[in-house]
Amino acid sequence: MLLRRCGTDALIVEVDSLTEVAAVRAVLQGLAGVEELVPAARTVLVKGALQQVREALKDIDLTKAPETHSREITIPVIYDGPDLDLVAEAARTTADEVVKLHTEATYEVAFCGFAPGFAYLTGLPAQLQQPRLDSPRTKVPQGSVGIAGEFTAAYPRSTPGGWRLIGRTEITLFDPKADTPAVLQPGDQVRFVIA
Amino acid sequence: MNRTVTILRTGPQALVQDLGRPGNAHLGVPPSGAIDPHSLTLANRLVGNDETAAGLELLLGGAQIHANTSCTVAVTGPSVEVRIDGRLADSHQPVHLPAGATLEIGTPRTGLRTYAAISGGIDVPQELGSRSTDLLSGIGPEPLRDNDVLKLGTPNPANGADVVPPITVLQTLVIPIRLGPRDDWFEDAETQLRQGSWTVSDRGNRVGARLQGTKLNRRDGEIPSEGMITGAVQVPPDGQPVVFLNDHPTTGGYPVIGVVDRDHLRFLGQARPGTRVRFRPID
Repeated sequence: MLLRRCGTDALIVEVDSLTEVAAVRAVLQGLAGVEELVPAARTVLVKGALQQVREALKDIDLTKAPETHSREITIPVIYDGPDLDLVAEAARTTADEVVKLHTEATYEVAFCGFAPGFAYLTGLPAQLQQPRLDSPRTKVPQGSVGIAGEFTAAYPRSTPGGWRLIGRTEITLFDPKADTPAVLQPGDQVRFVIA
Repeated sequence: MNRTVTILRTGPQALVQDLGRPGNAHLGVPPSGAIDPHSLTLANRLVGNDETAAGLELLLGGAQIHANTSCTVAVTGPSVEVRIDGRLADSHQPVHLPAGATLEIGTPRTGLRTYAAISGGIDVPQELGSRSTDLLSGIGPEPLRDNDVLKLGTPNPANGADVVPPITVLQTLVIPIRLGPRDDWFEDAETQLRQGSWTVSDRGNRVGARLQGTKLNRRDGEIPSEGMITGAVQVPPDGQPVVFLNDHPTTGGYPVIGVVDRDHLRFLGQARPGTRVRFRPID
């Protein structure tokens, strides 16, 4: 674990894996005075209360993943994505089997980024861990469910994107006017079900 | 009765801004808020508003505000000409607009962003606790258009007369910068920053101030995306630094050589294209 200074009142905590990121986030979550806590692939950015943060990180056990999940979310998906056959072919299986693999797994929100409410979910079965498209789409429709590398995600709104799309959800993933704007937040447990 | 103003003319860009929505970066939501919060809070104080009230952020001035109700207005930021129904009035202090009057804001002599606070504050719906327009992610109200009508909140009793100084944007800015978090991607980051010189590019916006000049030599490659804070100086492969302003993305994959302090960031946010910039690395 490496602490990197980031201006006067923030730190980047650099670790070696998503599991360690989750451990750091869990330890710092809810610490009084912390203004921002932004997990990412190998780092956690923390702003504010740096003395308490350093204290809290002193005897952290990075191997210990958080045991409890704040929330469990289910996302209904219509599995008719334009890349479903491509994904099945790359996984040397059928489209039905891709759907089965995707719905049987349990995921966790590792971090958000790219766009408001865009959650990177870990827990994707190995067969579905596939590269991005050679050429990204200029417009991925809102609600699209895709896979890329070790992650799966649902697009909260229409953006350009290179993920392989296997389906779509009709639920609103991000609504800035709602009391809880983002359906998915770091640490949440997520399952996909057939809509 | 609803108190309102009509924005007859927006000028190049008119946005509703308050102090933004920090604390939501973990959801991918930028902090947003006034680029020069100092000028906005002063304007609010002049008209008796809470400092957190929403006002107008005007790029290069040029706006016309019609009062549909009697109200008090204060225009702050760089020095700028203000007229009420064609007659010269004062900026940087509260002025009274009777119902039916039109306030005209000229183009500031230096600097980029003029702020206008109106008694009662602009009362658009809050999104994630703020009324600010976020141009990166589209949260908050749309950029204003000519003839938009804006609702005002309930005014507080006036504070009495007061005057604040205009912000001065120098021809050459010397910006203190703290090295890190990724200064180790650069060979002798401190010397490169200290010896380089740049000008503000015309491709900048509320997402970031883009600087043009000395190429900052860095390692090739990208970092797995990591959290970014306002003031972070990101260096893409072309070596031309981008200083993140309020509507910056919450994560990024280019190394951040250093971070500009909040107190100095507003000067960069007010700097016109062509303004010379140097960095002064500090511990």
